[in-house]
Amino acid sequence: MSARRHRFGAAWYAAPAVVFLAVFFLYPVLRLLLLSVQIEATGELTTEHFHRALTAEVYVRVLGITFGVAGETTLGAVVLGYPLAYWLARQPLSRRGWLLMLVLIPFWTSYLVKTFAWMITLDQSGIMNRALVGAGIVPSPIDVLHGRMGVRIGMIHAMLPLAVLTMLPVMLSVERQLPRAAATLGAPPGQIFWRVFFHLSLPGVAAAGLLVFITSLGFFITPALLGGPRETMLAQLIIAQVQEMMNWSFAGALAVMMLLAALVTCWVYDRLFGLSTVAGEATASDRRGTLLLRGVGIGLLSAVAAVHAAIGGAMARVLGRRVLCTFLPAYVVLVLLFLCAPTLIVVPMGFTDSSFLSFPPPGFSLRWFETYFGSPLWLGATLRSFVVGFGTACLATLLGGFAALALARSSGRWQAALFGLLIAPMIVPRIVIALGLFYLFAQLGLVATELGMILGHAVLAMPFVFITVAAVLKGYDWRLDQAAATLGASRLRVLVEITVPLLKGGLIAAFLFAFITSFDDLTVALFVSGGVTVTLPKQMWDDMILQLNPTLAAVSTVVFVLVTTLLVLAEWMRRRGEVR
Amino acid sequence: MPGCCAEVRAEGVKLLADGVSKRYGPVVALEPVRLEVRAGELLTLLGPSGSGKTTLLQIICGLVEPDQGRIFVDGRDQTDTPVHQRDVGLVFQNYALFPHLTVGENVGFPLRMRSVSASETKRRVQDALDMVQLGHLARRFPRELSGGQQQRVALARCFVYQPSVILMDEPLGALDKKLREHMQIEIKRLHRATGATIMYVTHDQEEALALSDRICLMNHARIEQIGTPGEIYERPLTAFAADFIGISTALRGRILGGMIETPEGRFHLPPEAVGVEGSDALLVIRPERLALGQGTNVIAGTVTESVYAGAETRLLFRLATGTDAVLRLPIGMPPPPIGAAVTATWEPGAAVMVPL
Ligand SMILES: Nc1ncnc2c1ncn2[C@@H]1O[C@H](COP(=O)(O)OP(=O)(O)OP(=O)(O)O)[C@@H](O)[C@H]1O
Ligand SMILES: [Mg+2]
Repeated sequence: MSARRHRFGAAWYAAPAVVFLAVFFLYPVLRLLLLSVQIEATGELTTEHFHRALTAEVYVRVLGITFGVAGETTLGAVVLGYPLAYWLARQPLSRRGWLLMLVLIPFWTSYLVKTFAWMITLDQSGIMNRALVGAGIVPSPIDVLHGRMGVRIGMIHAMLPLAVLTMLPVMLSVERQLPRAAATLGAPPGQIFWRVFFHLSLPGVAAAGLLVFITSLGFFITPALLGGPRETMLAQLIIAQVQEMMNWSFAGALAVMMLLAALVTCWVYDRLFGLSTVAGEATASDRRGTLLLRGVGIGLLSAVAAVHAAIGGAMARVLGRRVLCTFLPAYVVLVLLFLCAPTLIVVPMGFTDSSFLSFPPPGFSLRWFETYFGSPLWLGATLRSFVVGFGTACLATLLGGFAALALARSSGRWQAALFGLLIAPMIVPRIVIALGLFYLFAQLGLVATELGMILGHAVLAMPFVFITVAAVLKGYDWRLDQAAATLGASRLRVLVEITVPLLKGGLIAAFLFAFITSFDDLTVALFVSGGVTVTLPKQMWDDMILQLNPTLAAVSTVVFVLVTTLLVLAEWMRRRGEVR
Repeated sequence: MPGCCAEVRAEGVKLLADGVSKRYGPVVALEPVRLEVRAGELLTLLGPSGSGKTTLLQIICGLVEPDQGRIFVDGRDQTDTPVHQRDVGLVFQNYALFPHLTVGENVGFPLRMRSVSASETKRRVQDALDMVQLGHLARRFPRELSGGQQQRVALARCFVYQPSVILMDEPLGALDKKLREHMQIEIKRLHRATGATIMYVTHDQEEALALSDRICLMNHARIEQIGTPGEIYERPLTAFAADFIGISTALRGRILGGMIETPEGRFHLPPEAVGVEGSDALLVIRPERLALGQGTNVIAGTVTESVYAGAETRLLFRLATGTDAVLRLPIGMPPPPIGAAVTATWEPGAAVMVPL
């Protein structure tokens, strides 16, 4: 009896999170589904909206562009990111921690800041064109902005960190012993890499592909700012339908299509690899993949391995092993530069004394920071972002932390479902969640309120909190809790005096991650914040759409420095939590 | 064929580590050592943790480069040959089976690397798996096997391509005692059936005694003694060797006037012992050589413990000087009670004297 009761008790920790997600995530998304098959005015069921979306030429084209861009981005981010992740995986632990920051900082840097950086880098008179023309590579400035190329660059840049961070844990879980074993069995380096390491890292590659693809599907910041009308993506269409046409049902239908695309991708992935890989768990799961696929895959890998071994051998003879060994580090430096440089260009731009965003800045001044700090509009938005971020972090950490605790302590068939629900807000495209919430909040009168923002952001932040706390809990020694209980501590006392203090590092990290998630979010803010409750990203977005100005550079600098500081703090706390 | 190689062949030396050594910064992992392994023999490297066994093994298979010295396999210098081109197989302690390949594919891996034809690979994989009695599990994945079965797959993966020398680094370290003993017999059988040359690392002296044709005893990055198990047990050359292999009663003393003078008394030297007059030495007596009673050499003490170990009973007793002694009781003899005063004796020829 008491044992059963204990298990039962642990599972209840997840109840608040489950209720919260049911109300502010599942219900709105399902409502949107219903909306998409209804005639808005009468509530009658209809397939009219889907019919329209799938037949009208302009929508079909947008769908094509959306999948095309998402596909290109996925390919680009995974292919470019793989060698970087591989290199990071081979660094000694002490050094890897700090090198990883070079990926983590771009990961958490606001999409708006990143996109703004590319806008000024790729501009006709921007630094890249100056360099290209100056070096005589092109005769006159090329227009990369407002075209597919600009979108590609911006999207791959935005998604590269996610790809690397997803692949890395799987690579790290490949036993170091195995490549050595392969060598003693007679495998040359090329064969070892492809047949052993690469094959074992495939679940990570697939997980990265999945996450990047799904995230890219819902993107609108980059295509809107770096692309032209011909690069309009689905999310932009949804926003326009709601904000300009007020056509909820049609927007709902478009959102449902995006959701379906994401879910189908997930389903295929789950069939082949199992969803838990997404959370960094390398379950070698060849069993799930069909035998045919496995056979074809192994055949392909052997072929690649043979080609690699031949080319590698020839190159080694011509160039020497020494030179060959410098390829990877050189590549890594280039990719890291690509990741970090654009954002770093923004910082000096904030200190320009000119009214134009030209690089290098003609002179130094603080006038744009003065403009920022002197503007009630900007300051109000900043303050609001802080308040909302703080509220979100408190709420998400509380709910997500308890949920992680519940999942770690309970077992059985509910576990998989619970895990799925908790990471679902990461898989369902943000724009879908935001749209659903907007509809719900409109009915509840929560639009343009801070509470509405906090609730919405908590939904987005929950998976991050959950994954962070769950990771720390993996190394947690539950016997300490049992010991405390045998010493007479009640369940609550155990939690307050043993568990939480020991998990402090992880919880603080989760709190900061949740804060950053909220502080950066534009998607929910786009719908839910408005009028007097504009948040900082929303204010930046409005400005960026209207007219680029150096104030934006100053604001970006402030946001970048702030987020980076919080991130370093969070990482530090997280690692301390894991070392315990 | 050059003369030198023919000579090496004639002697039957399969592997020669000639003066190899290794340091890691200030740590000397291996002093320069010379070691010959004869064709078809099973030689164990035995020594305490950190004595350089793994280092020596890794130098031989090429995973670690020696600071000096050379490695010869079949008379050919292999020191600069990359790992994957050496004809040396290695069985890892934690098996190192590829988790993404089936048992059959794991065993076939070295053959595929050597471009053996598909049909031949299939046949040899089946033979190798049959040899370790796992023929029916070829399509399973490693994680679906028990620890002992995984170890046998690792053995098959190494035996299947018949490398000149097979190295095993504590291959049974992860198994429980019962399974270990079973696998020891298995390895002996494989060794006999294939005639392979095997170098086997362990820090378990019983395992070394049970398995080896010869034992190479290592300590402090050095080779302490090489010999058959019998030689090392019966005639240890150093105090370390005497202490590390088996248990014994050890009496410290000084050689004076053809006798050894210890705090426990004056005793006769073993007949073949050559001791420098006035030098320190250690007299080692194995438990089965020591008997209760009176005789030429006598020590006296009080019983501290009697240990029943099934096949034999050992009597531990403490001498007046505080030295612990141990003897094996004859079968059927009831052990004296704890605290009882006993005397024990041995024939001079039954003890071994090692210099200190
Ligand atoms: N990669 C390394 N870097 C630094 N020191 C090392 C390294 N490898 C081994 N050593 C040191 O070299 C010495 C010999 O190590 P080795 O692994 O050969 O011992 P061993 O006899 O195999 O011990 P064990 O029975 O514990 O496996 C040890 O002191 C060890 O700390
Ligand atoms: Mg070792």
